[in-house]
Amino acid sequence: MAKSGTFSNLHDWLISEEFTSARQARLHSIYLAWLSLLANPLAFAGFAVVFLLVVVAALAPVIAFHDPFTQDFAIALQAPSSVHWFGTDEFGRDVFSRLIYGARTTLYITILVTVIVAPIGFVIGATAGYLGGWVDVVLMRITDIFLSFPSLVLALAFSAALGPGIENAVIAIALTVWPPIARLARAETLTFRHADFVIAAELQGAGTGRILLRHIVPLCAPSIIVRLTLNMSSIILTAAGLGFLGLGAQPPMAEWGAMAASGRQYLLDAWWLTTVPGIAILTVSLAFNLLGDGLRDIMDPRNG
Amino acid sequence: MSMIKAHHLAVSYGHGEAALKVVKDVSFEVQKGETFGLVGESGCGKSTILGALAGRNKQWTGTLEIDGEEIGQKRTRSQLAKQQLVFQDPFGSIHPRHTIGRTLLEPLEIHGKDRRQERIEKVLTDVGLPLNFRYRYPHQLSGGQRQRVAIARALILEPKILLLDEPTSALDVSIQAEILNLLKDLREREQLTYILVSHDLAVVAHLCDRVAIMQSGGFVEVATRQQLLENTVEHPYTRILMDGSRGYVSERRKSDSAALPA
Repeated sequence: MAKSGTFSNLHDWLISEEFTSARQARLHSIYLAWLSLLANPLAFAGFAVVFLLVVVAALAPVIAFHDPFTQDFAIALQAPSSVHWFGTDEFGRDVFSRLIYGARTTLYITILVTVIVAPIGFVIGATAGYLGGWVDVVLMRITDIFLSFPSLVLALAFSAALGPGIENAVIAIALTVWPPIARLARAETLTFRHADFVIAAELQGAGTGRILLRHIVPLCAPSIIVRLTLNMSSIILTAAGLGFLGLGAQPPMAEWGAMAASGRQYLLDAWWLTTVPGIAILTVSLAFNLLGDGLRDIMDPRNG
Repeated sequence: MSMIKAHHLAVSYGHGEAALKVVKDVSFEVQKGETFGLVGESGCGKSTILGALAGRNKQWTGTLEIDGEEIGQKRTRSQLAKQQLVFQDPFGSIHPRHTIGRTLLEPLEIHGKDRRQERIEKVLTDVGLPLNFRYRYPHQLSGGQRQRVAIARALILEPKILLLDEPTSALDVSIQAEILNLLKDLREREQLTYILVSHDLAVVAHLCDRVAIMQSGGFVEVATRQQLLENTVEHPYTRILMDGSRGYVSERRKSDSAALPA
């Protein structure tokens, strides 16, 4: 492979293990992860789709050339054409534009749930694992209670109690997602709890907070990130399920699950109303799963 | 001046009925700059004594005095910094996802020390590692280099005492000698006091001034290095250990050494 001069210089600098700065050491490990992602075609395909989703969501107003909310009954339920790529829905709104804006909703829900769930799951799990004793018992039994409910039913109950809406859907989904993360964090913490390097830090006077944040987090992070990435598809599916049942995003907001639900009535005449958002949900869930599997190979060599 | 004074020290594991007394009533004193060895077979309690001195094992009774200060079960930060532990396994004792610089910076942050980069550079030089090693991860280092990092981490808080838990037993024979010589140099340069746990009498004889021979949680004898080298130890158990450490000895030489005056 012929690489241009600056690129091969950069490559050599990144691949070299003769580090001259802390920044180079960090970039080196990121670069190695990137190379192994490139070497895994399925994971890279997943990464590409997720990346595309982010770009589409960010540039939604530029990409969507129709307004996703303008209703025009004159053109309701039109089949896909060169003007309306994925047809129009029962209110005459462009399905393609709504799909693009729906990516924003989907991304908003997944990111928000992940951001809420990761620290809560980690703090509860790692504290239980590190401190042990009655703290462990109390925290893990609470986790068990949440785990014993089927997640969609729990999310359904919470969003019904809190009222329909996207923020409440996020809270409801977050309630069902944190327990497995806490379990994972606890299990990981237990394996490092009595490692010599943790004891060395204790004997140098490090407090519980420092040990959890500085020593346990970097070790748990890979498996938690992998788990969260794999979870994203089920978050998307739960959000779509809530939307489908009318408890998630409310009209006229574009949301893939709600779009599929409203298209159900016209399924026989207008297949595109359900099929297009369905394919979008499928593709993105699959992409997150592939990316998660790839990340596991890269970051967590034990499961290779 | 004595650096460590242990009086009727007893250490146990577990609680209540299941409590197991691992160390039963030992007393010893270690002078400043001295190296005190603890030898004995596996499970005799030598690492447990080290754990109690380091503050790792908190279930002990008796009195413990370090650097003229009586130590309780809970220690302050400055009391913790007075003695530091060097672990047996250099592969498990350094955080795998921290660079060496990060590992060395950590104790400085905990104790709020100033001139951090300067201190890291000094300690790396002291243990004979190149300065750019601070940007490396432990997996890029050999066993001997890692053990140097572990010693550097122990030294960075400028302790008075190093507690060495079989510091060379996980290393290659050629590297063992390097680390032992490093420890010897450091002791002279920094006026450190060592307590060395080992089951290798050759290592002990190389480094220690006095050695306590342990059996099932108690001292059977405290011998000087002179006694070890001249093979004039008194207790029969010490003799058994010494014979064991010599490896295979032909019958004739064995009878020769036994004939030496006791």
